[in-house]
Amino acid sequence: MLALVAAGAVLIVAVVLIVLALVFYLVSVIVALAKITRGLDDVISAVGEIVRKSAPVNEIVTSINQQLDAGVDALEGLLVKKAGMQDAVGLVDGLYSGAAAVGFRNFPESTTVTPPRIAEVYTRGTLTLARLGREAPIAAANPAGPVLRNVEAGSLAARQLYPEIRQTRPEHLQRSPVIGTDAPVQYEQREDIGAPRKRLPGRQTATPNGRPDATREG
Amino acid sequence: MTLWWIGDIVLLVVILPVVVYLLHRVLGVARSIIPSVRAIAAVAAAGSKDLDGAALLLTTRDQATETIAGVADYGGSLDVILDDAA
Repeated sequence: MLALVAAGAVLIVAVVLIVLALVFYLVSVIVALAKITRGLDDVISAVGEIVRKSAPVNEIVTSINQQLDAGVDALEGLLVKKAGMQDAVGLVDGLYSGAAAVGFRNFPESTTVTPPRIAEVYTRGTLTLARLGREAPIAAANPAGPVLRNVEAGSLAARQLYPEIRQTRPEHLQRSPVIGTDAPVQYEQREDIGAPRKRLPGRQTATPNGRPDATREG
Repeated sequence: MTLWWIGDIVLLVVILPVVVYLLHRVLGVARSIIPSVRAIAAVAAAGSKDLDGAALLLTTRDQATETIAGVADYGGSLDVILDDAA
């Protein structure tokens, strides 16, 4: 009888232990899943913003590309029309070395054109300047080496050709003067400006001795 | 009686450890998802912030349109001024 009671007690203890383990772990899992749900809510919110913000990008970029394509087509056509196919290819190849192999988009036959030398397209002076400075885009194919500046993105060298006003990006530039009737600085209005001349130009004035004053001829 | 004791022993030695092991694995996996979800949320928020400048594409499109229109005007003038190659 005692053994029977003991076996029953052990069974009850085992079942209680299993139930306690189930409760502990399942509650922990529920807490973890609640955190995951809150995190996914944040993710969904941010992804929704991404979708909303990026929705018009495709249309706008397509529109920009169409505009740029139209510009490239027009400029290529104008260049070929005015310079001729061979010189146009040479000009582009002089600016961007190796571009002749790609050719023009709307002129497939341009890929077969042998680009002329730079000297045949540019003037001798331009070529000399390019070889001396090696900063101009024309010097991209210079045998002395690649250009010193980034011809596609660099603008410092070009900006430094202008007076030192904005190159160093000062915080405060001198403001432009205000003009007009309501300007803070009003200048004195001279009465002789705009009035009839007191003496016509070329008119000789008589000197006290009766002879004309030749030195005051207008 | 013997069978009962055997059942108790199996319950304590086999069933309980297996249940605890399986539940512990489930809890570990659930907890491992939390940092991943937080990282994804942070990345998504950063991506959304990076797209704040997408609205400026409207200005870019307008400026590209104006630029191409200006280029077309210049091209038209050059077409008139310069002689054709052929």
